Amino acid sequence: MTAFLGFMRKEFFHIFRDKRSMYVLFGLPIVQLLLFGFAIRNELNQADLAIWDRSGDEITRELTNKIFASGTFVSAGVIHSESEIDPLFKSGRARQIVVFEPDFAERLAREGTAHVGLITDASDPNQAQILQAAVESIVADARPTMKVSVRMLYNPQLRSTNLFVPGLIAIILMIVNALMTSISITREKELGTMEALLASPLPPIQIIVGKVIPYLVLSLVNVTSVLVVANVVFKVPFVGSIPLFFAEAVLFTMTALSLGILISTKAKTQQVAMFVALGGLLLPTILLSGFIFPVENMARPLQVISNVVPARWFLEIVRGILLKGNGLAELWEETLILAVMTAGFIALSLKNFKIRLE
Amino acid sequence: MSIIQVRHLSKHFGSFKAVDDISFEVRKGEIFGFLGANGAGKTTAMRMLTGLLQPTSGEATVAGFDVGSQPEQVKSRIGYMSQKFSLYEDLTLAENVDFFGGVYGLSDEQIRRKKEEMAEDLHDPGAMSHLVGSLPLGWKQKLSFVTAMLHHPDIVFLDEPTGGVDPITRRNFWKRLYKEADQGVTLFVTTHYMDEAEYCDRIAMMVDGRIAAIGTPAELKREMNAASMDDVFVKLARGGVRS
Repeated sequence: MTAFLGFMRKEFFHIFRDKRSMYVLFGLPIVQLLLFGFAIRNELNQADLAIWDRSGDEITRELTNKIFASGTFVSAGVIHSESEIDPLFKSGRARQIVVFEPDFAERLAREGTAHVGLITDASDPNQAQILQAAVESIVADARPTMKVSVRMLYNPQLRSTNLFVPGLIAIILMIVNALMTSISITREKELGTMEALLASPLPPIQIIVGKVIPYLVLSLVNVTSVLVVANVVFKVPFVGSIPLFFAEAVLFTMTALSLGILISTKAKTQQVAMFVALGGLLLPTILLSGFIFPVENMARPLQVISNVVPARWFLEIVRGILLKGNGLAELWEETLILAVMTAGFIALSLKNFKIRLE
Repeated sequence: MSIIQVRHLSKHFGSFKAVDDISFEVRKGEIFGFLGANGAGKTTAMRMLTGLLQPTSGEATVAGFDVGSQPEQVKSRIGYMSQKFSLYEDLTLAENVDFFGGVYGLSDEQIRRKKEEMAEDLHDPGAMSHLVGSLPLGWKQKLSFVTAMLHHPDIVFLDEPTGGVDPITRRNFWKRLYKEADQGVTLFVTTHYMDEAEYCDRIAMMVDGRIAAIGTPAELKREMNAASMDDVFVKLARGGVRS
């Protein structure tokens, strides 16, 4: 037992004394969180919007006020003719123009509806859609008779922070556990210390467990801090059960750890381990898990492949717990899939580790 | 009394016979040299004797335990020093001793005393808190050996322990080995350096996975009609196909 504790202590020394490990462990999650949180946003703040009010009555003025009061838009001025539209977009002074038709209030009173025109710079189609949806919902709120039905479940403000935080957690767990453990084990192989350990009376299983537990602990600390920052700074909700979340996080950590061990049984150098972990694990975690591209939008073959990406299932679990408050009753399928995968990877990596010893 | 007994030991990797039916004995307190060209099977043989590798056939006992069926008992009675010195460069000397002492089950008191001995030995009380990576190669080698000896093993296996070290440091290192051998520790050393072969009590010369010759340096020179161990090596290795 003392040997085991000494083992973990030594592993912590390795981590805390290696600048690169520290960057990856503590710098990367924070940078990613801030990057996704502040810079790479899907929703828009303060988009430039111009008004072409061809009616100029009470109601159009009220709607205009509502639009700017939302905080999503800043005024890019007022225009008075069709010919002003093109220069406005080309110079980039406005992203969207709201047009109220002539006699707006009268029409609304007489016919029960009136037209609001939206002209949007669609050079970035995603942003254009979001901008349109924003105005639509404001107008619909103000004048329910206009019947614009926009309704979003679970993420009513379409906030991207709510979507990326679960993905970020999956990525952190993958990086810390798979990448860092595989590098740390292959480093001992390269340095020759692994031989010294294997020649010692410590059983191999203890060597491996002693090596990976510090990473498990640190990654859970990491995930906790990401959750706290996400909750406090970005107001990402945590609706579901905290113990369930951590149980699932430990499960996914074990998936990543066993993959890391598996890589290190095959890789002879730290570089090889790093390439395999980045290319074989991290990229699928980012691209095929549904983190960036929804699984439903992928090409059929990629959808099939995404089934074997553990992060895909973990992502569904985390989104379920964080945003919808799901419990095991709803998430047992994903959990089971992840557990079976993990058991398979652990068996495979232990078998490989034994073979290497013999 | 033989502390290592090897009978018809073989290790095959597929059709490749890395070690091909070797037999020899090593006596207690002996410095036994294991020589051969690269790829002759030295390291494979040593790995079987240290319990790291399962033999394909034959048997070997080390300190009375069978390497195939009792590798754990073997491991707790041997020390091992690899050619890469196997200390953690990002840990201090003291932390390395703490760690390896713990691995070999030493008590805190034993570890503390060991650290004191080492500090005295280095004539520098601050040395124990230096990172190993910042120490000169000669020191690392010396300390790596001390670490391999932490738990007072009966036998120490040294895999090319003097690679890349200057002649004076090498000479000092061998003095140290003699001192340990005098106290009854058995030393099993692989080496490339033929002048070092002369320092050994007895030598086994491996060629293509087999033992081509075994005996004291004087015996081998006489048998092969050679002036030095260098000549013995060249004459024997010439027959090999692997190197």
